[in-house]
Amino acid sequence: MQHIPLWAQLINLLAAVLLLLAFAMLAQRRVLTLINLFAAQGFALASSTAIVAFATHQPHLYWSVGLTLVLKVMLLPWLLHRLILKLDVRWDVEGLINIPTTMLLGIVLVVFAFNLALPISQLANTVTRATLGIAMASVMLAFLMMITRRKAIPQVIGFLAMENGLFFAATSATYGMPMVVELGIALDVLVAMLILGVFFFQIREQFDSLDLQHLEKLKE
Amino acid sequence: MSATGFLSQLLQLAIALLLAPVLVGWVNQCRAWLSNRSAPPLLQPYRTIRKLFTKDAVVAENASWLFRMTPYIVFAAMALAAAIVPSLATDLPFARAADAIALVGLFALARVFAALAAMDIGTAFGSMGARREMFVGFLAEPALLMVLFTASLISGSTSLPTIVDTLAHREFAIYPSLAFAGVAFTMVSLAENARIPIDNPATHLELTMIHEAMLLEYSARHLALLEWASALKLFNYSCIGLALFLPFGIAEGSADWLAILGATPVLIVKLAVGGFALAMIETLSAKLRIFRAPEFLGTAFLLAVLAMLVNLMLGS
Repeated sequence: MQHIPLWAQLINLLAAVLLLLAFAMLAQRRVLTLINLFAAQGFALASSTAIVAFATHQPHLYWSVGLTLVLKVMLLPWLLHRLILKLDVRWDVEGLINIPTTMLLGIVLVVFAFNLALPISQLANTVTRATLGIAMASVMLAFLMMITRRKAIPQVIGFLAMENGLFFAATSATYGMPMVVELGIALDVLVAMLILGVFFFQIREQFDSLDLQHLEKLKE
Repeated sequence: MSATGFLSQLLQLAIALLLAPVLVGWVNQCRAWLSNRSAPPLLQPYRTIRKLFTKDAVVAENASWLFRMTPYIVFAAMALAAAIVPSLATDLPFARAADAIALVGLFALARVFAALAAMDIGTAFGSMGARREMFVGFLAEPALLMVLFTASLISGSTSLPTIVDTLAHREFAIYPSLAFAGVAFTMVSLAENARIPIDNPATHLELTMIHEAMLLEYSARHLALLEWASALKLFNYSCIGLALFLPFGIAEGSADWLAILGATPVLIVKLAVGGFALAMIETLSAKLRIFRAPEFLGTAFLLAVLAMLVNLMLGS
């Protein structure tokens, strides 16, 4: 422990915060809080990327910090806030399985991800490679959130959180992806969000609800 | 055992006994301020305890020795715990008597006796309170143990003084696992000290009571001892939390008088801030239904398990 520099310790801490927020999102019942938690996760991600950029002198990472801040801390939460205001959907989130069971599944996933990441992270030569397991765990937790939630908006937040996890994995394993890839993913997420926003309106118009189970009844 | 060690042990115990009611008074004061009420004086718990000690005790006809003995047993357990938890100095003679696991056992002993005494009289409220207390206890204890195990993994020992020595007096390092453990510990201590998300300490409605329902049959000196014991329990939990997560300022060893004298104001400041945070949590959250308690404490347990996992993953 003692030989790890302070900035790497800070990144470890932020990784832990990221995982904590992933669990908080998994356990959260209210949509508004869910969006705020997503923004907080984006902020933790941006801070850890900034620390990596500062410590390893990689100026291109600052761009992705700015991108994360603008996109995931401000723009996407603002879009989501506006969306739930317009759709007037402030209901509690209903899960397919109850929250304690979801959390237990989450723990199992974390153990799985940590085991999976252990051999991979030994191949990486970055100081922050230990956080790869945490990044994979938060990807899986976000995936679990997408699976267990019934309504559309939490599923979209799960999708966005999954992207957060992927991004963190890239930063911790290889000190960030090439700029082109990052820009592409960021724009993809933004476009996906906009298209999904349109979908929400369509879905609600069709079924008077955002419950995606109605989609199973679709017929020609 | 050296004479100075013995003296510093006595000093720590005396400070714990004296500060515990003040801490409760301080939390009550903060709660009153935060909800825009005029606050009771800081020393109100002392006055209550003094008033209760001067009254005549009324004991139910069918009470057995268990009912009479319980206040003394609970108070003794909490006082012993206060002597073991390193709040001022680490190298105290009593601290070697019990490690973190035995400390949890000590709390469990007090809980079991309180629950037995509540059922002893045979009133409906007493046994209901006892059942609920055990229900909360069996959920909170594993989480508390997991939190302590996480700290033990870091320092390689289950003895609290060694943990404090490792965390406070070595080279500074950030332990992400302790962030998880800290959240879990906060949740557990809220539940264990009958605080708001689980139980309302200021309630007068018997049906919603947990801890208070067990004390309904007690009066006078018995009640005073139990009130003092619950204040001590809050003090002990605060000190365990401070020892694990903010161990700075605790004196190393017991021979150095200056260090211990310096540690006292630090402890008071930390407790004041902690008490205010507790009042803040209580004001901002609503009491959960009793059937939501498993979810709340299950979350605490999972966070504590996560802390251990993160510790194993990051090696820190």
